[in-house]
Amino acid sequence: MTPVTTDVAAPDTRRAGRYVYIAAVVLLCAWVLVPLYFLLINTLSSPETVNSFPKPFLPEFDLGSLGFFAGFAGILTALKNSILVAGLTMIMSILIGAPAGYALSRFDFRGKEAFRLLILLTRAFPLPLLALPLAVMFIQTGLDDTVFGLSLVHTTLAIPFAVLITFSLFSGIPLELEEAAWTLGCTRLTAFTKVVLPLILPGITASAIFAFVISWNEVFAAAVLTIENRTLTAFLLQNLDTSPLHLKFAGGFILVVPALIFIFAVRKYLFAMWGIANR
Amino acid sequence: MNARVLPYVLILPVTAFLCLFFLYPFVLVAKQAFSTGDGFTLDNFRQVVGYWKFPISLQNTLLLAAAVVPVQLALALLMATMVNKMQRGRDLVLYVWTIPLGISDLAAGIIWLAIFEQSGFLNSMLSGLGVVDRPVNFLSYQHPGVVFLAIALAEIWRATAIMLVILVAGIGLIPKEYYEAAEVFGASPWKRFTRITLPLLRPSLQTALVLRVILAFEVFAVVLALGGTLFPVLMSETYAYQFDLLDSGAAAAMALIILAISIGFTLIILRALRVPKGATI
Repeated sequence: MTPVTTDVAAPDTRRAGRYVYIAAVVLLCAWVLVPLYFLLINTLSSPETVNSFPKPFLPEFDLGSLGFFAGFAGILTALKNSILVAGLTMIMSILIGAPAGYALSRFDFRGKEAFRLLILLTRAFPLPLLALPLAVMFIQTGLDDTVFGLSLVHTTLAIPFAVLITFSLFSGIPLELEEAAWTLGCTRLTAFTKVVLPLILPGITASAIFAFVISWNEVFAAAVLTIENRTLTAFLLQNLDTSPLHLKFAGGFILVVPALIFIFAVRKYLFAMWGIANR
Repeated sequence: MNARVLPYVLILPVTAFLCLFFLYPFVLVAKQAFSTGDGFTLDNFRQVVGYWKFPISLQNTLLLAAAVVPVQLALALLMATMVNKMQRGRDLVLYVWTIPLGISDLAAGIIWLAIFEQSGFLNSMLSGLGVVDRPVNFLSYQHPGVVFLAIALAEIWRATAIMLVILVAGIGLIPKEYYEAAEVFGASPWKRFTRITLPLLRPSLQTALVLRVILAFEVFAVVLALGGTLFPVLMSETYAYQFDLLDSGAAAAMALIILAISIGFTLIILRALRVPKGATI
């Protein structure tokens, strides 16, 4: 019996394997965290230090770079635009997407497969490219260079995820709960608001946050569709050649911080969302 | 409202929205690409493909995808299997590994710029170790290999997480009994991985690869942050047509080319990793 013999003969190799395993986990964590740490050092150093050589490997906790960032012309407006666009995207994608997620999980109807295909199709396309024809359409309708126009494009990016995620969330709530509410005198609407909604709210929040991050991070469409009302990503991209290093690093840092918080907030849902959304 | 009409009412907003902002723009972009003012023409495509930068940017995009995607697939598989048998600290490790999921490509480019720029951390380390006496300007035309490496590393760093999440979710769906049975029959860990994990993970692998490959053809901000104009890719050329040259017809033609490449690769991946009917868990 091979398993038995290896068990007896191999406590040493097993312990060695354990160390290799732990070392690999630590190494991969460092691979993610060390570049972020370097960005943190640069952000929390004075502009002179950022442009000097060699670099310190500890931050000096100087707010000079961040102060320069805050004082740079137009950047606070760009930050405000980013937040507005992401907020609008979040609201629109949930309001439009969640009803469809509910319909997919609760009803069998003709055309359901075609609808699912449309949703899945959107994910198989490089969506930011849509910004090119939309630029023309927006000029005709007066939506060009507006926060609302850009958030419409970002909603297109976020909506497939919103539908698929809410679909998997609603599927996790047994239909029997709703039926019980109906027999106790609830209508379809009150059963939904009193029974399903409270159960689903944390998940909805998680997918809303996900929509926020999608919009917050998007670069190409933002750069194509805005000129005066740039978002933070578009602003930084536009000024990549001309802006000093400390501005880039502080800007990068401001882009990363919400991402860290949001991933932490939705970590519980991350895998459930993706696991079922893929089927 | 009765149950026959209700589902249609519920999906109406999404359908209308996607028709207006997803399907309609495709018609528009095709129209833009195939016309220069008077009727149907292939001039835009001829112009775009004939430009001297086109073969370089196509080659760069494909090379980058070819270098990055296999490494990410291997790395994501390794991380997913490691996390799968972790007893303590699983949540913390998963959180750390999924951090890049929330980081934009522009921010990732800036992060790796902090390492590779002339007064950056790589130069600081190398000079601290005495390998170089003066800081080297890595991200210049004299070091095309390093520019490529920096972009590839930034891409691997940023976008492995999306594959990891899909694969971890997929591995979680594989019944533990299969592994127990395999262990009873004396299958080695490697055998269990190749005979159980990989085949049953096929649907997740499919999704992960499709998403990742499409993202690879969209690579844009990372490249601009690290290589600037040194490393032209399809997406940055499209952007240049739209903005610097103000030629939206050519930009639309580029968009359709990127689209065609993406769809082509999606079909190849779907075909190569197709799941036999009735063989899902």
